[in-house]
Amino acid sequence: MRKMGSRFGLFLLAISILWAPVLSDLVISKVDRRIDLTSQIARITSTLKVENEGSELVSEVLLAFPDVQTKHLAHLSASSNVGKGKVRGSSNSFTVQPVNPKGMPASLTFYSVTLPKGLGKGESLTFDVLAVLTHTLQPFPEKITQADIQLLVFQETAYYLSPYAVKVQTLVVKLPEARIESYTRIHNTKNVGSEIKYGPYENLPPFSYSPVVVHFESNQPFAVAEELVREIEISHWGNVQVTEHYKFVHGGAQSKGEFSRLDYQARPHVRGQYAIRRLVAKLPPRAHSVYYRDEIGNVSTSNLWSDSMKTELEIEPRYPVIGGWKTAFTIGYGLPLHDFVFQSDGKRLIDISFGCPMNEVVINTLIVKVVLPEGSRDISVSAPFPLKESKETKFSHLDIAGRPVVVLEKTNAVPEHNQKFQVYYKFNSLAMLMEPLMLISGFFFLFVAGIVYMHVDMSISKSSASYLAKLQWDEVQAAIQQIQNIIHRGLVIHDKLEASLRDLSRTGDIQACKAARKAADGSLKELSKEIKPLLAFLQSSQQAAQILPKVEELVAKERDLQERLMVKHSTVVDCYEKKYGGKEIENRVASQLQKITALRLEVDDLLEFIDEI
Amino acid sequence: MAISEHVNGGTNTRKSMPSSSALKPDLLNKLSFKTLKLKTKQQELLIRVSILCLVYVLAFITRLFSVLRYESMIHEFDPYFNYRTTLFLTEKGFYDFWNWFDSESWYPLGRIIGGTLYPGLMVTAALIYWALRFLRFAVHIREVCVLTAPFFASNTTIVAYLFGKEIWDTGAGLVAAALIAICPGYISRSVAGSYDNEGVAIFALLLTFYLFVKAVNTGSLAWALASAFGYFYMVSAWGGYVFIINLVPLYVLVLLITGRYSMRLYVAYNCMYVVGMLLAMQIRFVGFQHVQSGEHMAAMGVFFLMQVFYFLDWVKHLLSDTKMFQAFLRITVTCAVGVGAVALGVGTASGYISPWTGRFYSLLDPTYAKDHIPIIASVSEHQPTAWSSFMFDFHILLFLFPAGLYFCFKRLSDATIFIVMYGLTSMYFAGVMVRLILVATPAVCLISAIAVSATIKNLTQLVRAKNKVPQTGSTKGASSAKGSSKGSIDQSQPFQRNGAAALLFGAFYLLSKYATHCTWVTSEAYSSPSIVLAARGAHGNRVIFDDYREAYFWLRQNTPPDAKVMSWWDYGYQITAMGNRTVIVDNNTWNNTHIATVGRAMSSYEDEAYEIMRSLDVDYVLVVFGGVTGYSSDDINKFLWMVRIGGGVFPVIKEPDYLVNGEYRVDKGAAPKMLNCLMYKLSYYRFGELTTEYGKPPGYDRARGVEIGNKDIKLEYLEEAFTTSNWIVRIYKVKPPNNRW
Repeated sequence: MRKMGSRFGLFLLAISILWAPVLSDLVISKVDRRIDLTSQIARITSTLKVENEGSELVSEVLLAFPDVQTKHLAHLSASSNVGKGKVRGSSNSFTVQPVNPKGMPASLTFYSVTLPKGLGKGESLTFDVLAVLTHTLQPFPEKITQADIQLLVFQETAYYLSPYAVKVQTLVVKLPEARIESYTRIHNTKNVGSEIKYGPYENLPPFSYSPVVVHFESNQPFAVAEELVREIEISHWGNVQVTEHYKFVHGGAQSKGEFSRLDYQARPHVRGQYAIRRLVAKLPPRAHSVYYRDEIGNVSTSNLWSDSMKTELEIEPRYPVIGGWKTAFTIGYGLPLHDFVFQSDGKRLIDISFGCPMNEVVINTLIVKVVLPEGSRDISVSAPFPLKESKETKFSHLDIAGRPVVVLEKTNAVPEHNQKFQVYYKFNSLAMLMEPLMLISGFFFLFVAGIVYMHVDMSISKSSASYLAKLQWDEVQAAIQQIQNIIHRGLVIHDKLEASLRDLSRTGDIQACKAARKAADGSLKELSKEIKPLLAFLQSSQQAAQILPKVEELVAKERDLQERLMVKHSTVVDCYEKKYGGKEIENRVASQLQKITALRLEVDDLLEFIDEI
Repeated sequence: MAISEHVNGGTNTRKSMPSSSALKPDLLNKLSFKTLKLKTKQQELLIRVSILCLVYVLAFITRLFSVLRYESMIHEFDPYFNYRTTLFLTEKGFYDFWNWFDSESWYPLGRIIGGTLYPGLMVTAALIYWALRFLRFAVHIREVCVLTAPFFASNTTIVAYLFGKEIWDTGAGLVAAALIAICPGYISRSVAGSYDNEGVAIFALLLTFYLFVKAVNTGSLAWALASAFGYFYMVSAWGGYVFIINLVPLYVLVLLITGRYSMRLYVAYNCMYVVGMLLAMQIRFVGFQHVQSGEHMAAMGVFFLMQVFYFLDWVKHLLSDTKMFQAFLRITVTCAVGVGAVALGVGTASGYISPWTGRFYSLLDPTYAKDHIPIIASVSEHQPTAWSSFMFDFHILLFLFPAGLYFCFKRLSDATIFIVMYGLTSMYFAGVMVRLILVATPAVCLISAIAVSATIKNLTQLVRAKNKVPQTGSTKGASSAKGSSKGSIDQSQPFQRNGAAALLFGAFYLLSKYATHCTWVTSEAYSSPSIVLAARGAHGNRVIFDDYREAYFWLRQNTPPDAKVMSWWDYGYQITAMGNRTVIVDNNTWNNTHIATVGRAMSSYEDEAYEIMRSLDVDYVLVVFGGVTGYSSDDINKFLWMVRIGGGVFPVIKEPDYLVNGEYRVDKGAAPKMLNCLMYKLSYYRFGELTTEYGKPPGYDRARGVEIGNKDIKLEYLEEAFTTSNWIVRIYKVKPPNNRW
């Protein structure tokens, strides 16, 4: 810190030696600067009133920053003061560009603000300049114990550093807490609460300077993401998956000595109050499937609130991150596609915010990767600030050619960079169907292979004895199966006969019953015809020798059963014709009935027996 | 069978709904025959395949409880090492893995990973990973590792089915598959995330046994060869292969003695032994043990015995004279035994054949480890099994097992002899060591399946015989006649039918109880990753203690990359895998002296310990402490083992110094050495200022339920670097030596 401070002084000395003449006739009639140091990010808001005292039309205003600050300058914007609100819309913001005018001190960097309308003679314009600086708050002392408070040092010049003469100026430094260790006093310095006021100072020549140092207490956690990789993956099936890999470090004062959990737990506001305890990520509304994990697994300390306007994810690192400690984690969430991906004249575009969803986080390297669906073409990026752009390919599930990835890199990113950017691409919706079709065809071929395997004879030797025997046995089995089926059909016909008898007892329709018998008789005869060749085959086959007697017995029994049923049927019908009483009929068929029952049982047994072979 | 039931069904309906709805059963019959023209065999196949598929899926999903309850993560201790090596294998390739010298463990010795591990598991997971990658599934290797064990458990059910079919029938096979799919004894080592050798090893074990039995049954060289490859896979996966290489010869010996020697057996054993042995030598960790280690000598002895048997058989075939053969037999047997004994004696004496290892001894004599090798005895899973855990892991199988043995003895064959021997020996080992319940589980499931299948088959036959009777009587249907024959059949066996139905119901009840028990055990007891601890809060809510990962992640992020961490060996694998830091000792426990050094450091006074730690280059010391949460498996409770193991090598450490009248205590009455040793100081540093429980004095240790004896602990050479939110893990930094000026 001290080294840097001395460098700062040296460099200002150099400026004063290299005093150079002003190049235009602009005069800054009023500057109000307000430096907000309440977080780790220093925000310098300057309201400039510029007046043209020359005769020529001026359309550019130069802003000067010492190189030490340029290094840390994360964001610089100028906007007209008309709106009065803190809107940083594109409508009233001016273009800011780095320039390198001649004849200026070498250790200064210049930015030029292009005014929308040229400034004529005697005209004046008021506009705001916002400069956001990171890593400018230096902890001092650099190492503190758990019980100490964190003190920071900030250096600036009390006079506005400008290539133009400044008529009136003030500076207000806003600090997070009222406790101020020390600050440089020059004339006209006031300290009110947590604010230090310098000025007003009047009529200062160009490149005036007066270094001031503020040493103050701040227990803000310095959440610095050394690297943040955001991966935004578009699936046209309806999801935009965002995965953010953070590598965090506490950029404040380094801790030294013990970390005592007891002290931390018992007196959290005294001991270790500058630790990063929790971070809040403001996710877009309708974010779903949110997760929070790290390399070694899920982290269970997180909360999620959501309403129609936003989704808030509060995460706690695995351990409180005190000065100098690091942590790393990944959060991921899904977003509905229709909220972020749109179509415009034949192209699709994703319109999504660039920065990190967490408040007051400084990101040293921010890499945003937009993973477009496989088969996207004509990719172009439009971003509100300059980015390093490159391309790569990512392979995800079922990718063949890989998905095109647009890689955007930005160093030193602050919340001000949380603006929307667009990636345009062309994508045919039919390409969406490719992966499901691949899966379907994969399974299709698997099943086809299975069918082919089952139906193709894979045996090597087609003439071996065992192979032939197996073939024969298959045939025998098929024949037996057929016989079984026929017998079953016969049994069904038997049941029909019985049914016709019952119909008879109910309706007394003798003719119908007779017809039923005739039909049954016919079909049974056909069945017995069918059985004959099968039986003959079994008799001729050697393999069937064991089972043949049983099959023959089955066929014989079935035929016997058939005949008896017919007899019984005709008896009953006869009885009906002769109008015998129920008792009489029963007596007549009783003997048949017993035999039929027994036969039926035997047939069933035989069927079962054959079945089990 | 299915068709006849359809017929029965049809007629029965007709009986209950006379004539009016006679069309309906016809329709039913038509449906079953005409639309689904399936042969009985095909129907049976369909049912069998669908049952197997369901069992396959069930075995997988029941193991996913751990993922549902916690997350998709690697469990416990050893799996972290396996995961780390698998990661290395997939990143660097096989040759780098094979030649990997790991300098992150056993500092400063290091460990030759390729030569000291069973690579089967890692290679399997890597192959699955590469196969999935090849099929364009962008999975993470962690997911593959987490799901490897359930996947192999599913495969095991298929092998169990085949094995059951081989030794009994398809019914028994199906029951065996279903039983083993949910048996807690197996689930305990194969839930999702339990990425350990046993996960694939049980599959390999059962596969080898199945293939060997198949080879013995068929006498086919192909099956014997397959079983040799199964054995190779088993050797590559787990040290438990020693069980195979001893059980198979024992089985062969029993067959020889009972006069069941056959050419089939000769072919199967010789092929399996010779090819299996040669293949097993390809695993570097096993190397020449098959010919040099005492544990493998039984197999070799039986191999030579087989040759003698074959030779004798041949001579018997040549010699017709029985008397001459008897004499020849006597001489040959004496010579063979003599030569064998001399060879063994000479080999052992010259040191060519190494003696049995301690673990092997402790299997044969359960008290051996306690007296001689404290490091084996200190592991909880090496303790003798309690009855309750048998009941917990086997439930009704414990009762079905003897019944199954009865059925096996009733139908004695080569295959049933094998399963009986497998069951009895593994049951003995399960009784000796808790973790070996795992090995017994397949045998218990198979034998119980035989019992269940045979019983239910008998019972259903009885019940079905009864079902047929009303059908015959009802053929007449509406007519008032009740077949008198039916009554007579009825009366002949009334007790048997009802009894059968009741027993069937009982069997169903027991099996459903088994299923609920297994599910409950899986979800409640065996799904905890033991990295993340869960407890019930005061309001019944679930409280998660994620302290281990908190500490490991802190180590990973906030210590120098070359920092050396000293902890008790239990946490070594986790620190290297999750913390990515070098450890002094880990769960591999190959060097007893090194572990004893750490034990000595932990049990010494701080200044002495500092010397030891300086000599070991230790930067951080990690201790696990449960006093705040009541977590009982912490380092203070393990401390006596550190003293014992340390004292086993360094006699300076004496166990009685830490005890008071043989009692281990940490309160005021504790031994002075105990109160001032490093472990005590590190565990209780500043604990005396903390109030853990309402109404108790500060410094009340909830794990042991006492107020600690030394509340004023000052550390001179170490400083607290990090303590997790529930104090479970505490990490201390070893201070650099003081400046001399």
